[in-house]
Amino acid sequence: MLSSSITSLTVLLIVVFLFKEGIGLFNQKPVEPGYVIAINKNNKVKELSSVQLKNIYDQKITHWSEVGGTHDSIVLFQLEDISNYYSDEQIGDNMQNLGTCLSRLVDSLPNIIAFFPDKYLDKKFQGTLLEVDKVSLADFFAGKEWIPSAKPSAQLGVLPLILGTLWVSLGAILLALPLGLAAAVYMSEIANERVRRIMKPLIELLAGIPSVVYGFFGLVIIVPLIQKTFDLPVGETGLAGSIVLGIMALPTIITISEDAMRNTPRAMKEASLALGASRWQTIYKVIIPYSISGISAGAILGIGRAIGETMAVLMVTGNAAVIPHTILAPVRTIPATIAAELGETSNGGLHYKALFALGCILFLITLFINLTVEFISNRQKHNKN
Amino acid sequence: MKKTILMVMMVYTSVNFAQKIKGSDTVLPLSQKEAETYMKSNKTAKITVTGGGSGVGLAALVDNTTDIAMSSRKIKMDEKIKLQDAGRPYKETIIAFDALSVIVNNSNKVSQLTREQLEGIFTGKIKNWKEVGGDDMPMVVYSRESSSGTFEFFKEHVMNKKNYAASVLSMPATGAIVQSVSQTKGAIGYIGLAYTDKSVKDLKVSYDAGKTYIEPTMETAKNKTYPIVRPLYYYYSTAVEKAVKPFVDYVLSAEGQKIVEQVGYVPLSK
Repeated sequence: MLSSSITSLTVLLIVVFLFKEGIGLFNQKPVEPGYVIAINKNNKVKELSSVQLKNIYDQKITHWSEVGGTHDSIVLFQLEDISNYYSDEQIGDNMQNLGTCLSRLVDSLPNIIAFFPDKYLDKKFQGTLLEVDKVSLADFFAGKEWIPSAKPSAQLGVLPLILGTLWVSLGAILLALPLGLAAAVYMSEIANERVRRIMKPLIELLAGIPSVVYGFFGLVIIVPLIQKTFDLPVGETGLAGSIVLGIMALPTIITISEDAMRNTPRAMKEASLALGASRWQTIYKVIIPYSISGISAGAILGIGRAIGETMAVLMVTGNAAVIPHTILAPVRTIPATIAAELGETSNGGLHYKALFALGCILFLITLFINLTVEFISNRQKHNKN
Repeated sequence: MKKTILMVMMVYTSVNFAQKIKGSDTVLPLSQKEAETYMKSNKTAKITVTGGGSGVGLAALVDNTTDIAMSSRKIKMDEKIKLQDAGRPYKETIIAFDALSVIVNNSNKVSQLTREQLEGIFTGKIKNWKEVGGDDMPMVVYSRESSSGTFEFFKEHVMNKKNYAASVLSMPATGAIVQSVSQTKGAIGYIGLAYTDKSVKDLKVSYDAGKTYIEPTMETAKNKTYPIVRPLYYYYSTAVEKAVKPFVDYVLSAEGQKIVEQVGYVPLSK
């Protein structure tokens, strides 16, 4: 009683913390706090989207006409470039004149777009500050680009990450479930005691291998194999991740379903055989229906491991944040993204919150899967009665 | 428990006037080695070296929790501002250089590229090796994860500050890049000079639009003809200059620079 309430409380606390940090994302602007983006006061453009800003600084948009302005080419400016325009003496030893220099610069170049800290914003600043909208739900969930380190405006589209996670997990479960079920049936019903006694510890040993070892195995063995078999330019693909995760999910699925099958009462099995059913008929008419809740539990835990697995996936899927059109292309998953990027983020910053929001999404996906499987197994029990 | 250990350590270190060095993980192995040999010859000296990243080291310098900040990049404008606000003038010393070499698969015909071509490849404009004089095969571009300083440096100095293409594959470690490039025909990636081996091919690089191509070796990096070289820095505040100077001087000495080469970085040229 006590321990279960403590457990539920802990889970609740984690979930509250996760969502509190994650939802904070939508109160932030994609531009780094403390920075402003300014243009010349005669520029017709008054607003730029986050994507447009990024394309301007990547020089994919080079003329103001492409964002609704004049036909002049855009002059990019970041604070480091100040030395190209003013000497150190003009800026001053303690940068006391930097604000005036920036103001004069933005005023003198009609086609400039400048990105600099707002503390150097002169009181009489001669230019227009661009308004940037907060991160919206639509940007976040439907955005197709995940470049959180982009300057001046971070690109936080999680669609490629969500799809990548789902692709890899789906592939893993499609590989692991039939294989795992077959192995479980074999071990519980067909194999004799001696084979079982050797096989079971071997399979359980699979669960004890550290995931980074699986990742390394995948990178050195499975990745080149996939590349050769399918004649691909690159072997780090979603399929490599699926295979590695499938192998990792196998022991969970096998052990749990096998235990469930062995729990089928002897009387039921013998009754079925006595009625003239063959061994195979007994397996799929009696044993599997009887142990379905155990099998689905094994499947849930297997999927859970696949979706949440980090290290092995980080090493074999290539981690390119593009929307995958086939399982034979590199993908980036949510857990790999969190693991690879959380270390560099500043605590409480935009990128940090975006990663927490990713954690929320991951949590919701697993919750959804759990509820679905629960629903299915409940309905089957209901039908039986 | 942790707190007490920490406090005991702090008391201990302050009694011995120990120096703390903190920052870039790239510079970490070098500083550790330097500190080790320095302490062997100076029995009274106590130096503790910790990693965490260039940003962590410079932040610690602002908070005055470290004596020397190691950095694999030049101090950023906003960090300068923070040091200025904290009223802490600082000194900058370049202690060594780190060269990055661009690598491809051994079977690749291409042996040289210009900076503009590299920019095109990593921003996703160039997608096939035939566009740069190679076979007709798609390019597979590998990069480090965005948390690494190498990622930033490459973006600033090779890619002209443009963003990496979304299709770039990012790998968690240098070793993984070498492994992947060695087994993928159309691969291209970048790694520290110290990590190249026979399983991959180093490319010659040109920074003058194809007039001269320079091979990445310790020699060309030393005589500054190889262009993709970044300095590694020590930053310390002038207030503690007297205390840290002997160690910094040791690192810059001939003996210290020999260690630089042993660790795999490029020593300062005399």
